[in-house]
Amino acid sequence: MTVRVVQPGLFTTVQDAGRLGWRRFGVPVSGAMDPLALGVANRLVFNPPTAPVLEGTMQGPVLEFAADALIAIAGGEVCAEVDGVPLPLWRPLFIRAGTRLSLERMRSGCRMYVAIAGGWRVPQVLGSASTYTRAGFGGFEGRPLRAGDVLEAGHPATGARVWADRLRTLAERAGRAWAAPRWSASAMLRPAAGPLRVLPGPEWDKFTAEARDRLLNEAYRVTTQADRMGIRLSGPALTVAEPTSMLSEPVTPGTLQVPPDGQPIVLTADSQTTGGYPRLAVVIQADLPRLAQLVPGETVRFACVDEGVARAALTRVQQELRLLEAGLRLTL
Amino acid sequence: MSAVSPAFLALGESALLVRFADRMDPLAWRRVQALYRELAERPLPGQVELLPAYASLGICFDPLQTSRPAVEQGVRERMAAVREDAPLSGREVVIPVCYGGEFGPDLEAVADVHGLTPAEVVALHAGAEYTVYMIGFTPGFPYLGGLPPELATPRRETPRTRVPAGSVGIAGDQTGVYPFDSPGGWQIIGRTPLKLFQPDRDPPSLLAPGDRVRFAPISPEAWERWPEGGGRG
Repeated sequence: MTVRVVQPGLFTTVQDAGRLGWRRFGVPVSGAMDPLALGVANRLVFNPPTAPVLEGTMQGPVLEFAADALIAIAGGEVCAEVDGVPLPLWRPLFIRAGTRLSLERMRSGCRMYVAIAGGWRVPQVLGSASTYTRAGFGGFEGRPLRAGDVLEAGHPATGARVWADRLRTLAERAGRAWAAPRWSASAMLRPAAGPLRVLPGPEWDKFTAEARDRLLNEAYRVTTQADRMGIRLSGPALTVAEPTSMLSEPVTPGTLQVPPDGQPIVLTADSQTTGGYPRLAVVIQADLPRLAQLVPGETVRFACVDEGVARAALTRVQQELRLLEAGLRLTL
Repeated sequence: MSAVSPAFLALGESALLVRFADRMDPLAWRRVQALYRELAERPLPGQVELLPAYASLGICFDPLQTSRPAVEQGVRERMAAVREDAPLSGREVVIPVCYGGEFGPDLEAVADVHGLTPAEVVALHAGAEYTVYMIGFTPGFPYLGGLPPELATPRRETPRTRVPAGSVGIAGDQTGVYPFDSPGGWQIIGRTPLKLFQPDRDPPSLLAPGDRVRFAPISPEAWERWPEGGGRG
């Protein structure tokens, strides 16, 4: 089963849950910027939850399917279209052989994810299928997709074959190139609204009281310098009480660090492993998917929570994913 | 380990930062390495990944399997058992470098800053033994300690948009090697044909913390003839 890239989109890469265990050698975690969309899209096509998916950015790809396929699209609200007809997101989607799927426009959000039953087949590099473009390894030849690339999918699981057969019948009856069930994954699995929740970072106390106050009360705008490595924000300056030069220390995706210009940078999936800027706060894991969907020009606000809230939010997501799995089994 | 307790700091709900010092300190570095090796060999419950830096260690964990207080307690117990004076099993790695010319466009500028000849800069740089303190920032990038103080040079005022992979540079009192083509402001004095990071090599990084590094001058002809991918120094 192959899929041809007709249009690559702005920046489309293969990503999975990331590359763990290599940060000691300076290798970033990488992986889907929106790990929730990764997990949901894969489950909807009965893949292992961390199977490789395509991650499109702002303008997604146009894909042409050489054979019948079962896919799922999740993440930002992309206008997925076949022959100009909009397709539903967050559910299994049958796509007939020869069909062109366009993911070129976003309604909201920044990144969309396409899972295919069987997973996108790329070599594992350091235990992961994720593309790390800065060093040119992982994913599809270590780079974003280009027009003409031919992607391969693995073997669908039993559940995916059952759903593909059902939906193929529906599509044939309706005389359409695609079909989807009426239901979709729970709205609980979509990124919530409200401020981004943070925990105080290691240098929280080194910042002025005014800076801490600003972070939690002012709006910060997402600049155009926003990519898989970090999102640069602009807003009221955040300053440390006594500027000192810092040793390089560990940083993680979600770390909000502040260079001397006072404008914060939130590190994301391809974040460097160490950094020397003071870390004012750290976005909680459950809110990382929301970071992935920030678009330049949008404003964000932050709210400080404690570790209990952070863990509870993560637990709730895990419970929802288990419910989704159980629900999907019941459909077979 | 010695009685001075490190600082334990949260880095989000899924990482603990163990900080032994907030400045360059060889003893703090040895303690980081000792704790890193202990936890790498015998991981704590829920431990996901370790990030050793100069004077601090990041411990990433699964917050649904363990908690920060439990990880902190685990670290305290291990530290009591760890010997920080245990010899570090670092290897000696020789890195061939072609100094100057197109390979080291800033060699003459560095020499001028210090009132030295380019040959004297090369002799000093290649005459010293360096210790790999950490690998970070980008895959395989070594933070090396041991630059002769006479060679300490500020970064370039205008960073280059592209520094070729293998470039050997000086920034302040540090020297390092760029593993990949990247933008950079270090003073570039030479280039090595060795690949510092190859994802299909085991281990992928040429260097590891604790390794001792020497630079060996080679000619441009030797650089050109060097087998692609380079060898183990």
